[in-house]
Amino acid sequence: MAKVLVVTSGKGGVGKTTSTAALGVALAKSGQKVAVVDFDVGLRNLDLVMGAERRVVFDLINVVQGDAKLAQALIRDKRVENLSLLAASQTRDKDALTQEGVTRVIGELREKFDWIICDSPAGIERGATLAMYHADVAVVVTNPEVSSVRDSDRIIGLLDSKTAKAEKGERIEKHLLLTRYDPVRAERGDMLKTEDVLEILSIPLLGIIPDSEEVLKASNLGAPVTLSSPTSAPARAYFDATRRLIGETVAMTVPTDKKGFMERLFGRRVA
Amino acid sequence: MALVLTPEPPVADWLAALDSQMKQSPSVFEARPVIVDMSGLPRGTDLTAVVDALMARDLRIIGVEGADPDWTDGQTWGRTPMMSTSRADRFYEVTTEVADVPALPKEPSALVLTRPVRSGQSVTFMQGDVTIVGSVASGAEVIAGGSIHVYGALRGRAVAGLLGQPGARIFCRRLDAELLAIDGIYKTADDIEPELRGRAVQAWLDGEAVMLAALD
Repeated sequence: MAKVLVVTSGKGGVGKTTSTAALGVALAKSGQKVAVVDFDVGLRNLDLVMGAERRVVFDLINVVQGDAKLAQALIRDKRVENLSLLAASQTRDKDALTQEGVTRVIGELREKFDWIICDSPAGIERGATLAMYHADVAVVVTNPEVSSVRDSDRIIGLLDSKTAKAEKGERIEKHLLLTRYDPVRAERGDMLKTEDVLEILSIPLLGIIPDSEEVLKASNLGAPVTLSSPTSAPARAYFDATRRLIGETVAMTVPTDKKGFMERLFGRRVA
Repeated sequence: MALVLTPEPPVADWLAALDSQMKQSPSVFEARPVIVDMSGLPRGTDLTAVVDALMARDLRIIGVEGADPDWTDGQTWGRTPMMSTSRADRFYEVTTEVADVPALPKEPSALVLTRPVRSGQSVTFMQGDVTIVGSVASGAEVIAGGSIHVYGALRGRAVAGLLGQPGARIFCRRLDAELLAIDGIYKTADDIEPELRGRAVQAWLDGEAVMLAALD
């Protein structure tokens, strides 16, 4: 049975697109057939992070409006088998997404893939609500800081009321992905601790992704971190999260990068 | 705005009903000017006795209407201004049925929620108390006609006793609220004593001030 997963957060810049790409690659590597769909119409990014920006011909809007077939718009990843991308349109806005069109596209994707990962835009407007509407599972991406946590709480409320599952009286499965986590700063009290975030949001924890330069480097390279440096700390955290997502029990740890002697001596350079 | 009371025969029963009404909702009568409409009483009733009985209940009678001016001549309350008209919407109905068992309300008078109230969500329940088994997030609000009970952290806004119930209270297991209000009087996070933050607290109204005290 195909599963529709929405990666959402409310707040912008917390790592939705990065996480969508990293989880997509990790799931595809584990043998699942995966489609990642960019719902951020007008501000598309997922194609860049996936390194497919030069191969986009048709996009989600074309398929929603019936101008292109789904098969024409899906971009197969060259590096990972079983992974496809449905890009957003950069020239249109979110009003071009229609409820019926999205329903039809999700229905078609369900027939072809095991996992459909919807990268939600920030905010709580049309784009975000349409991205979450058909979801069976939600990954709520949160940074350990108060504004992000409050926005996530708002999104969880919407997931419980404004999705197809909620309207049928069912509960949507929700997971918390804590990103940009810095154990040193959390220990110093500069950041919210994991327990505090979990206490406020009260949804199960899917993983803790350590803050790392590797993530930024990977995004700029157009290769998700789980592909470009699979042994790095954030990549290992994403792989663990993926295994939890498909139902495996994995002990919760915050992977760390082993720092060289000089680095430990001088701390981190300003990125 | 003045209240209009319309005594009905038998006067003794009506007074008993008024007493129970005054006991139930004292705020309705407190410091409110009262006009007595005698038109419901049969001719020959001792109106002086009626007015005396009402005055004995500390009601501020500012006028009498519906009485034949002749009846008042020479009476002790004769100086009370006489009124000739009144609008029906100013009538205060005193129910004469003195029920031994309070009638069971058809609508539920309490709302129980077993889910957390998330940021941006608003729970409004005017009929009575709201109980939340869970937390109220920052940016969420709970509005109740009666009291509010939160078995979790209260981080958002709680507005109790909205329809003029100064006796309503707010209880929570962990206070971290943005705003607490009872019967229109409020206290913002800034005014909450820092030592009460994070503790189990109750809030009540004392005159024009929201009072707070730890429960543990």
